[in-house]
Amino acid sequence: MGDDSRTFPTRASVQVGDELPELAIELTRTLIVATSIASRDYQDVHHDPDLAKQKGSPDIFMNILTTNGFVGRFVTDWAGPAARIRAVNIRLGVPNYPGDRMLMTGRVEAVEPDGEVVVAVRGANRLGDHVTGTVRLALGAA
Amino acid sequence: MTESYLEELKKLVGVAGSEAVAHYPSSEAMIHHWCDAIGDANPIYTDVGAARRFGFDGVVAPPTMLQAWTMPGLKPGEPKPGGAMVEIFEKAGFTGVVATNCEQEYPRYIGAGERISSSQSLESVSDLKTTGLGEGHFVTQVWTYRSGDEVVGTMRFRMLFFRPRASEPRAPSKARRPRPAMTRDSEFFWQGVEQGKLLIQKCADCGELRHPPGPMCPQCQSLEWDAVEAAGGGTIYSFVRHHHPHIPPFEVGHPIVLVELDEGVRIVADLIGASNNIAIGQRVQVEFTKVDDDLTLPQFRILKA
Repeated sequence: MGDDSRTFPTRASVQVGDELPELAIELTRTLIVATSIASRDYQDVHHDPDLAKQKGSPDIFMNILTTNGFVGRFVTDWAGPAARIRAVNIRLGVPNYPGDRMLMTGRVEAVEPDGEVVVAVRGANRLGDHVTGTVRLALGAA
Repeated sequence: MTESYLEELKKLVGVAGSEAVAHYPSSEAMIHHWCDAIGDANPIYTDVGAARRFGFDGVVAPPTMLQAWTMPGLKPGEPKPGGAMVEIFEKAGFTGVVATNCEQEYPRYIGAGERISSSQSLESVSDLKTTGLGEGHFVTQVWTYRSGDEVVGTMRFRMLFFRPRASEPRAPSKARRPRPAMTRDSEFFWQGVEQGKLLIQKCADCGELRHPPGPMCPQCQSLEWDAVEAAGGGTIYSFVRHHHPHIPPFEVGHPIVLVELDEGVRIVADLIGASNNIAIGQRVQVEFTKVDDDLTLPQFRILKA
């Protein structure tokens, strides 16, 4: 999406029921650790498998700041650089463990009278739903 | 003792909690690092020209990066986020913690060079609940993020503090699969499965195939029937993932498919193998799995396109 000339949904074109392009995230160990550190989250369950096990988890797992980050990326990959995210409301389900894959899907749930759009988002891995929730955003005008 | 930690926690509710000031001003470097890790290519985060074209003075941070700015970092002696609350939980044996909900609002995007501060307060602590992870308490915190005096973000954050179970929480279940209901009508089917054959009832009079097994042909009402062996290929006609209630030994999210066999009848079975992208219409092939000493089941696997 480095290319500004791509076409993105606008206030005029968006419709309830529009589906967002799917995004598949390969959950490598590097990704889980790199994103934790990029979000300044040094909790051991996000980088140290032995300590994660002591705390009752089978392995390290993705931190929630990163889940938020992927939700934001997923929506603006579709909505483009003119869009403004106003709010993200997510519910966490099963963890994202290394070696799995998260498939993100989304759909426009509502177009508000003020032109803001509510997108329902889901990120599922092989254990079930990792994240479900909504993103409220304003799309570009043209 | 069990009660005293909860009383201590409840005293913290509504009291102005911890304040944190970012160690460094927000910076292009940190934004870039985040975008690389997340794979976010939105140019307003990294390209000043693009940011200006889209109405900003310079690059801005992804709004979902909000929480990162005032995270405590790795310096020795840094207080843990949540401070006193976390200590009380840990002392009481609630050493496990998972986030369950997060609501954030972004009144505006944060640019580079802003010194972000956060204040946090405890909104509520639940009574002791039994959860899939162990017994624990749900905790809701409210966070306000400021740049100077201006509010640039708010967050409501819900977590579960739990006592990890003594035993391995995800150890394979000892429960056995339920046995199929065996009747005089269905016995031939399960005998076929034992031998690695998928047998379908066929009316001896009109030739109609039928499944599941039954005594009478729905087409011509004949009671005479034979069995023919299906080739085992088919397409997914419908599917479901079973999540709730959790019934061991089935995994949560266990995929179940309704397969239309190439011979024309439909059969319900487990889907095995990769199931991330199940879709109606996909080709599947039967496999016979010996699940324990006295049970073999026909199960289906998605064929690569």
